[in-house]
Amino acid sequence: MSTQFSSTIALTPGAAAAPTSGAPGVTHLKLPNGMEIVVIPDHRTPVVTHMVWYKNGSADDPLGKSGIAHFLEHLMFKGTKENPQGAFSNLVAELGGQENAFTGYDYTAYFQRIGKEHLATLMRFEADRMINLLLSDEVVGPEREVVLEERRMRVDNDPGAQLDETLQATLFAHHPYGTPIIGWNHEIEELSREDALAYYTRFYTPENAILIVAGDVDAPTVETLAAQTYGKIPARAQAPARRRPQEPPPRAERLVTLTDEKVEQPSHERVFVVPSYTTAAPGEAEALDVLAHMLGGGPASVLYETLVGEDKLAVSVGAYYVGAALDDTRLYIFATPAEGVDLKDLDIALDRVLGEFIETQLNEEDLQRAKTRMIADAVYARDSQVSLARWYGEALATGLCVVDVADWPDRIDAVTGAAVIDAARKWLEKKRSVTGFLLPKETAKETADA
Amino acid sequence: MTAHNTLATPKSRAENVQRVVTPGGVEAWLVESYAVPLVALEFSARGGAAQDPAGKEGLATLLASLLDEGAGPHDSRSFHRVVEDLAVHIGFGADRDALSGHLQTLSRNLDQAFALLKLALNDPRFDEDAIERVRGQLAAGIKRDANEPDAMVAKAFREAAFPGHPYSRPARGELDTLERLTRADLETMRGRLFARDNLKIAVVGAIDAATLAARLDETFGCWSPRGDLAPVSDIVVHDIGARKIIDLDVPQSTMRFGRPGIAKKDPDYFAAVVVNHILGGGVFTARLFNEVREKRGLAYSVYSQLHEFDHCPMMVGGAATKNERAGETIEVLEEQCRLLSAEGPSPDELDKAKKFLTGSYALRFDTSTKIAGQLVNIQIDGLEPSYLDERNAKIDSVTLEDARRAARRLLGDGKVLLAVAGRPQGIS
Repeated sequence: MSTQFSSTIALTPGAAAAPTSGAPGVTHLKLPNGMEIVVIPDHRTPVVTHMVWYKNGSADDPLGKSGIAHFLEHLMFKGTKENPQGAFSNLVAELGGQENAFTGYDYTAYFQRIGKEHLATLMRFEADRMINLLLSDEVVGPEREVVLEERRMRVDNDPGAQLDETLQATLFAHHPYGTPIIGWNHEIEELSREDALAYYTRFYTPENAILIVAGDVDAPTVETLAAQTYGKIPARAQAPARRRPQEPPPRAERLVTLTDEKVEQPSHERVFVVPSYTTAAPGEAEALDVLAHMLGGGPASVLYETLVGEDKLAVSVGAYYVGAALDDTRLYIFATPAEGVDLKDLDIALDRVLGEFIETQLNEEDLQRAKTRMIADAVYARDSQVSLARWYGEALATGLCVVDVADWPDRIDAVTGAAVIDAARKWLEKKRSVTGFLLPKETAKETADA
Repeated sequence: MTAHNTLATPKSRAENVQRVVTPGGVEAWLVESYAVPLVALEFSARGGAAQDPAGKEGLATLLASLLDEGAGPHDSRSFHRVVEDLAVHIGFGADRDALSGHLQTLSRNLDQAFALLKLALNDPRFDEDAIERVRGQLAAGIKRDANEPDAMVAKAFREAAFPGHPYSRPARGELDTLERLTRADLETMRGRLFARDNLKIAVVGAIDAATLAARLDETFGCWSPRGDLAPVSDIVVHDIGARKIIDLDVPQSTMRFGRPGIAKKDPDYFAAVVVNHILGGGVFTARLFNEVREKRGLAYSVYSQLHEFDHCPMMVGGAATKNERAGETIEVLEEQCRLLSAEGPSPDELDKAKKFLTGSYALRFDTSTKIAGQLVNIQIDGLEPSYLDERNAKIDSVTLEDARRAARRLLGDGKVLLAVAGRPQGIS
């Protein structure tokens, strides 16, 4: 999906007028110890979404210890001295809350959704496990098994997921985005309690954390409660500078093929390395965002209308741009071939359609259609406090500001047709990409014998 | 209008629900709210894949999938472009018991959005190229799932649980049944399912009752008053205790298990909800989570849930564990079911489960779409808006004795019908 940022303040020209309830905008502030706070009011239901984002993810795993960020995320549920294993989760459940956590390449986040009257309690517990996590080998061992089961479930059972891992590792031969978030199997097996604690000590500090509270709250209350809990944790130092080994400029187009007897439906995928909202020149990420939407954002997109509708070479095709990333990121195009269509022919057709797109002036109607949809989705996002909280979290955790989120609809609106074509010409060069073929075993054999 | 109409005020949620009945006899529940300039509509019409004629499995699914592929003056391409121009969300689906749909629109496009919905439901084109394309998409999905563990255990489970019954058949159909479906089949199915009896609608957002009534009559008013549904018999989950193993060369065994459930209208239903939560509904707190995952590291995902088909209430669940420990996982699972059945929950477990279930009810109402979905479900269950205010009291009133009884009824001797895909060791 293209990264979509949401706003409760600015709406674009042409959108409906802002509600006159005086719905306040989003507030951004910082505690003295460096912890950032974002408050996103939504008073329609007396529920809050409470999230703490740490500005580190799997791309910050030390070399040889892939999966440690994600493993630590699991271990964060194992208790502190004051609140032993299960205490926090039991309390959240008892108070009628739901909780979970997730790890990305660039961030790790912990969140709960609960009646608003329990916000202070959540902050107390979350602040406690920020600095007081207790880990023992008795607890770490079984959880390592759980992570290995998770990897089996997500990857080992699924040839498509195995191809995705390989695509990613090939596209980023040097940068840690090429390493799976969950880690490689052989390295997960070796992760220890000490590894987890070292990572925890380095990254889980208030100056490296962002608190996001969305829902039936106001900024002064959140600030007061946060000061009483998170605010009591002294800053350790500066937030760690995240300097990952950068990917050298790509030189060659690459093809990765995975065959497996379990595959009955072939599929095609191509992924490009492109700038993110953080690394792009002004306007460039917005152009890429619109480009991905125009190419493959739904059944009215260029690739769908051409490859599925007209040429009947594919039954489905889509594209999406992962704009929220600290370093250069990915733009995906994925397609399912029609019955009897060889992936090589689909691949050639994709090259052709992309080539034609770059050489043809954009139809203004098509451009406007894409922008209308993307900007409207920012309004739809206001209907979900969880969506808003996540989008602000992703932005701030990858080096963007609250303002970048708030005025995203305006920046999308300002994207010109020429900018979209330029972005395609510059960033969708085939040498910037890896293509993946997922094939049944017989087909590959036939190809090899031919 | 106040902008703070909430559906989750502690005082009364039902107060915010208007029952709109149109001159044409169409009913919808409405929550008017102007806080966000959008409108969300959800509807459900009884009769889904279980109504597919024998040999034509996949028909209801194909029908639902084609409703937004061209209607009235718009061929497929034109329809998709209009949807984007208006930035609406419109979609349809079919499960075994119902055909459902949703519409979400910004306030400024309200009239045009409803016009699109009216076209899709009353004048779908079913053009030949659209039928072929969507058929191809469904077929690709079937092929993709052919050796996918979750899909495989779901199939093995339903075939064992519901022998000879429509619920045993695939809702998406098979490759050969999909091939047989014709335009005439689609029109016939549409005529049978699109009826005003058993149609449930809910709308949330920036629209008033009078405007909504007019739009509803335009959209649903010309549906026939009575559907033409083939009777579906009630059925109970069969083959409890059986193990259905599908060989798949993967390192992990994926499991699906189930037992007969308790009907929603049964006096013990809410006690069953509480018992299921204790067994495997509560992430981080459930018995299955603690015994299978936390203590033994056997699985990443292990859960149980209540699920009610119209003609079969069930308790179902799943787990996935490496092949070498599959036998151990199923042993622990059935032992936990047996224990809970024999001894019932502890007073502390009961208390905590009730607190979670009542306290978390409000979390179901935090987006317009979710609110509309809840209101449709309440209507399907034949309840009144007052249920929104009564539901928590029903949970709260479950006693230890109720829970013990429900646990015995729900879990019996602790055995389950089990389907496993993989190379499980230790399962006979």
